Amino acid sequence: MSSEWPLWEIFIRGQHGLNHRHVGSLHAPDAEMAIRNARDVYTRRNEGVSIWAVKSNDIVASSPSEKGPLFEPSNSKVYRHPTFFDIPDEVGHM
Amino acid sequence: MYAQLVQSEGGKSRAEMTPREIAFQERIDRGEKIEPKEWMPEGYRKTLIRQMGQHAHSEIVGQLPEGNWITRAPTLERKAILLAKVQDEAGHGLYLYSAAETLGVSRDELMEMLHSGKMKYSSIFNYPTLTWADMGAVGWLVDGAAIMNQVPLQRTSYGPYSRAMIRICKEESFHQRQGYDIMMKMCAGTPEQKAMAQDALNRFWYPSLMMFGPSDKDSVHSAQSMAWKIKMNTNDELRQKFVDQTVPQAKYLGLTVPDENLRWNEEKGGHDFSEPDWAEFFEVIAGNGPCNAERLGARVKAWDDGAWFRDGLMAHAGKQEERRAALRLAAE
Repeated sequence: MSSEWPLWEIFIRGQHGLNHRHVGSLHAPDAEMAIRNARDVYTRRNEGVSIWAVKSNDIVASSPSEKGPLFEPSNSKVYRHPTFFDIPDEVGHM
Repeated sequence: MYAQLVQSEGGKSRAEMTPREIAFQERIDRGEKIEPKEWMPEGYRKTLIRQMGQHAHSEIVGQLPEGNWITRAPTLERKAILLAKVQDEAGHGLYLYSAAETLGVSRDELMEMLHSGKMKYSSIFNYPTLTWADMGAVGWLVDGAAIMNQVPLQRTSYGPYSRAMIRICKEESFHQRQGYDIMMKMCAGTPEQKAMAQDALNRFWYPSLMMFGPSDKDSVHSAQSMAWKIKMNTNDELRQKFVDQTVPQAKYLGLTVPDENLRWNEEKGGHDFSEPDWAEFFEVIAGNGPCNAERLGARVKAWDDGAWFRDGLMAHAGKQEERRAALRLAAE
């Protein structure tokens, strides 16, 4: 068995000006083929206007075991949400 | 169902579970999704690899019976549609392989397991497609049965599998409709064309019922897989639903479902129907169906014949990379 094509993560920007969004992954020998394959695998129905391909190995991810220390600090900061503040009805829309 | 007889690992009672396993089960019970790098019981991982692998292989092998008719389609439009459908099946296989790979199995390993017969694909693809009407029957019945199974799987507990199923379901309903459209055309055609449609239904009816796997009372793996939410309904539930949905569709076409025991049962609110021949099913799974050797042979040949191409592209990519590195060095 020969060397396997590397894995790429594919991100597509949809029609409506949203961010590129991760849609899945695929194998390709190089960047050019990754884009071509991504077009065939992930945009057969006009799903996008732009493709990013990133080698899976180049992605740095937070680890599931750090979930607590990473995300818990924001739990106690409820004042970051506008609903924390009561504005009297008389003030009108704010 | 594209996954049949998937052997499930585990099956521990709550008392036998470690605290970690209990916490895991509770996450699933709460409806949380399990993501690739999170801890999971080894049995969950192995069962999923088996099921998703079998599902992916079914999509890929499933291209062959229809590929047979691309060059023989009756019109250019039908040909373009069939080509698009077969291309979708390739896409569905790729989504599922990628999702399975997040569990730590490589694409080459999955391929090797298909080619060596260690992993199966759905029994349905071991039946031949003899006439153009079979393209109608396959889309209508086979994709119809697959949808029955895949729609609930969108809620499965494993994140990447669930996301792959959502993409697949979005695309799958085109497949069933194009099949039914072929059947409508055939049934509105000459008596010979209608007879061809009836013949296709006769041949594909029972193999389609087999897609859901053996009856629940004989299915030893269901309970654990259902607790893990990698199987959402029992085989019999889905088969019943499929029959109830399909019978009126056959009636609309003016075709007869080849089952003299088929009748509406008011009491249970569903049809009574004959079981498929399970001895035949086990024969096909064991490799003795009408097209097993041909299907697997075609896959192995494609893989072997494509080796020089895969290697060539890798060699090219390596050379390009070296060239870029040299240029960078020269620029410094």
